[in-house]
Amino acid sequence: MQAPPITPGGDPALTPEPPIEPLGEIRSPRQIRRARRRVAISRFWKEYRKSKMGMAGLIILLFFVGVAIFAIFASDDGTNPSLITDQPVGAPPSLEFPFGTDGLGLSVLTLVIEGAKISLLVGLTASVITMVIGTLVGIVAGYRAGFTDTFLMRFTDFALVVPWLALAIVLAAILGPSLVTIIMVIGLTSWPGTARLVRAQVLSVRERPYVERARALGGGDWHMISRHVLPNVTPVILANTVLVVAIAILSETALSFLGLGDPFAVSWGGILEEAFTTGATTLGWWWWIAAPGICIVLVVLSFTMIGFALDEIINPKLRDR
Amino acid sequence: MSQTETSATPPVAPEPETVIEVRDVRVTFQGRVGVFEGLRGKKGTQSRAVDGVSFELRRGEVMALAGESGCGKTTTARAIMGLQPIEGGEILYEGKPLPRDLKPYRREVQMIFQDPTGTLNPRQTIYEIIAEGLRIHGIDRGPNGEPEEQLVARALSRAGLRPPENFFLRYPHELSGGQRQRVVIAGALVLEPQVIVADEPVSNLDASVRGEILQLLMKLREDLGLTIIIVTHDLGLAWTVADRVAIMYLGRIVEIGPAERVLMHAEHPYTKALLDVVPEAGGLDRPILTGEPPDPTRIPQGCRFHPRCPVVETGRAAELGIEARCRGEDLALRELAPEHEAACYEAFIRHGDRGAATV
Amino acid sequence: MSDILTLDDVRITYHTSGGGVPAVRGVDMAVAKGEVVGLAGESGCGKSTIAAAILRLLPPKTKVEGTILLEGENVLEMKPGRLRAVRWTGASIVFQGAMHALNPVKRVGDQIAEAITVHQQAGEKEARVRVGSLLEQVGLPTRRMKDYPHELSGGQKQRVMIAMALACSPSLVIADEPTTALDVMVQAQVLRLMKELQRDLGLSMIFITHDLSVLVETSDRLAIMYAGKIVEEGPAELVFHSPQHPYTEALAAAFPEIGDDRFRGKPMGLGGDPPDPAHVPSGCSFHPRCPKAFEDCPTVEPDLYPAGELRRAACLLVPAAKERTGAGA
Repeated sequence: MQAPPITPGGDPALTPEPPIEPLGEIRSPRQIRRARRRVAISRFWKEYRKSKMGMAGLIILLFFVGVAIFAIFASDDGTNPSLITDQPVGAPPSLEFPFGTDGLGLSVLTLVIEGAKISLLVGLTASVITMVIGTLVGIVAGYRAGFTDTFLMRFTDFALVVPWLALAIVLAAILGPSLVTIIMVIGLTSWPGTARLVRAQVLSVRERPYVERARALGGGDWHMISRHVLPNVTPVILANTVLVVAIAILSETALSFLGLGDPFAVSWGGILEEAFTTGATTLGWWWWIAAPGICIVLVVLSFTMIGFALDEIINPKLRDR
Repeated sequence: MSQTETSATPPVAPEPETVIEVRDVRVTFQGRVGVFEGLRGKKGTQSRAVDGVSFELRRGEVMALAGESGCGKTTTARAIMGLQPIEGGEILYEGKPLPRDLKPYRREVQMIFQDPTGTLNPRQTIYEIIAEGLRIHGIDRGPNGEPEEQLVARALSRAGLRPPENFFLRYPHELSGGQRQRVVIAGALVLEPQVIVADEPVSNLDASVRGEILQLLMKLREDLGLTIIIVTHDLGLAWTVADRVAIMYLGRIVEIGPAERVLMHAEHPYTKALLDVVPEAGGLDRPILTGEPPDPTRIPQGCRFHPRCPVVETGRAAELGIEARCRGEDLALRELAPEHEAACYEAFIRHGDRGAATV
Repeated sequence: MSDILTLDDVRITYHTSGGGVPAVRGVDMAVAKGEVVGLAGESGCGKSTIAAAILRLLPPKTKVEGTILLEGENVLEMKPGRLRAVRWTGASIVFQGAMHALNPVKRVGDQIAEAITVHQQAGEKEARVRVGSLLEQVGLPTRRMKDYPHELSGGQKQRVMIAMALACSPSLVIADEPTTALDVMVQAQVLRLMKELQRDLGLSMIFITHDLSVLVETSDRLAIMYAGKIVEEGPAELVFHSPQHPYTEALAAAFPEIGDDRFRGKPMGLGGDPPDPAHVPSGCSFHPRCPKAFEDCPTVEPDLYPAGELRRAACLLVPAAKERTGAGA
């Protein structure tokens, strides 16, 4: 029996899409890595663009990030009541003051812009703490299994059970109300959720045949974790991060609103706190509450929408519904 | 093992070199018990997956380790690879026991897995999958100074994926089943091992594709002088590619010898039953063993095959006066013909042995 | 009509996000009363699709064209009520991986009885009696009906699936890879059981598998599928031992007979892979891998030409092909 020449994939008509790089050139490993990364990113972006929800969320988020960046460089005099003395107090929205003014005569628009900076920054920082602790604990527990796993998981359970509000109040009492307090509270109470998620993913990846193959090749623990576990856990972490940031921002709002934040820092929660204590509701100064409120809703919504899109990409089965 | 008889006249082939020796290896899996039962002293059920297996793997040969599921063949293979810790016996590579740090050993003995799809990390390109072995062992240049890409390309070529550069940036899901298995093989070859342990290398592949992969393995044995041990449940595969065949049952080897002998002149009733049952035109009127595949947590007394053995069932064992021994006395492999060993009292008698079993 | 089942120019196209995928591209087949037809092929050839199509068990958006006559009635035109009645009483299926089709929280006896009562074949008490006799027929002791699936071994679960398939006394049983996941010994037991049952009950059967050697033992006739079409068909022994289509030859070579020296040291296989149903090669779909391909093969798509007594093969090398198409070496 004369066998036909063995070509990859058989008939040329069956060959998968043409290779991205020109043929015939052997590239260095670094070039290959870079090329591959470029390809992966562009593929991801193409997929992401398909999701209308994801794009909408991204646009909204980028808008607010832009506002926050603007706030970093712009002067914050507009939020200093000792400097602003000639603006009307409690003025409804108008051309001059699109969001009206607050109880001290400060433009709510200016306040909201400044607030974007603080709220987003706090949210981001707290999320970083959450993700780092959560991922570390999750990976160690999931990979090591046995006693380490049990120990870490019980510790996680304990952290999970701690009521964050009570912790916030206690910490505020000890350390004084400030943004750092808020960041710490959020970070220390959110990491268990991430840890559990990461651990579950690590457990599942650990059992996969390609991990055993790496072991058969001679790979040690570090190789397994960095080369196989982490890359397969990262998508889950990414999707989770998005949610974590959203919750962090919300939590900051809540804690600031309750007066546990820095009374001198202007965050959206802080604005709301001012508004309530000044009695904006009875005075009918709805713009003072609506402006920061809507911003919070929009930002959290944007994160949720992005999270949705990411979920669909990571789990393609969700797409064809 | 047989001793080569040195005689004056015909030049005898040198005693084949033993690459891997498995000596009385035992692997037991412990069942789990609940916390309270454990406190009461109850132990989990013990599954004696590998219960005293000994054999030698000779350089350059293709050996088939065959049997049904649960017989311990995969566990034995994994023990040889060092992926499965053993409770008893030892494994010797080139005469020396396996060291504690298995990393250097892994350059010599590599594995091919059953499921080509699961074995490849979907996030790694083919290049990275092949290069992984090199990077783990810190090999950035070949013996003649070749750069990494060349080593990867060479491995892919040897595994039949040509031109290799076409595959560097591909992902596993873009390849067919047969190609994926070739990638797995290339990944093993890149370390230039001496021995390949193949666990059901083709059973997950489409039937028409299997022949090619087997051809590849045989070619690699020819060209690179590899020693290959294939774990399989398919005796037809053993017939096609193996030099020697070992049949396993309930954690022991019950018959071992050259493929022609074991597959065409089987001595052990279990081997005979397995051969009878291979489907082929002839109808289903052949004798089929009753009962389910056996349970390694409840290994029978005496010859572990006796509850299902046709020799016992048909009364032949009683006729020969060996029934008591079949039921009560455990037995070891004995050489019945040059290179051909089996563990069966009835076979012993047929080959003229009477009296107590030795070894 | 002595044929239990007739398939006439059946074409099945799956609906996916990437467009339509033609899994079956024109199949004609018939199963006579009391006959066992083996349907062989590898992944992507369409055999399981046909099995599901016979009882209209394909996903909702799948396009099915052609005619499927089950005991004279066109399955594709049945109203839902009639379809439900016919499912299991006219024809039943033993699925691939059937062992996982059992509900783990229900006793097996109850599950078999459910098949009976749902089709109003009997009341509860009667159903139980019938379950007992079914279990006996498949070689299991009646007391096993009280067991849960996890208490049974693989082979025993498969017997339960067979009992379930027989529960409503169908005329046709479709077995889709019924023994693939089982050990050789258990597989032989189950195959022998199925053969006996088929004989005793006069069942018609379609036996689907990729393992050609199993089919030779169990089937009267054999049909080989490739890329959504039947490429060869005829009496089982003849097709296996003197194939007319190069693919059949190659497939048969993948199951060598022990003792046959032609195979000793010479594993035989084909280059390439079974084609993706979404990208079927032009002309004869087998041509990229065919050792006997010649210049007409990529352009001319062969029909099933007569290739002997009651045999057909879709290959341009078949003598009848040359007459019909003028092509051929």
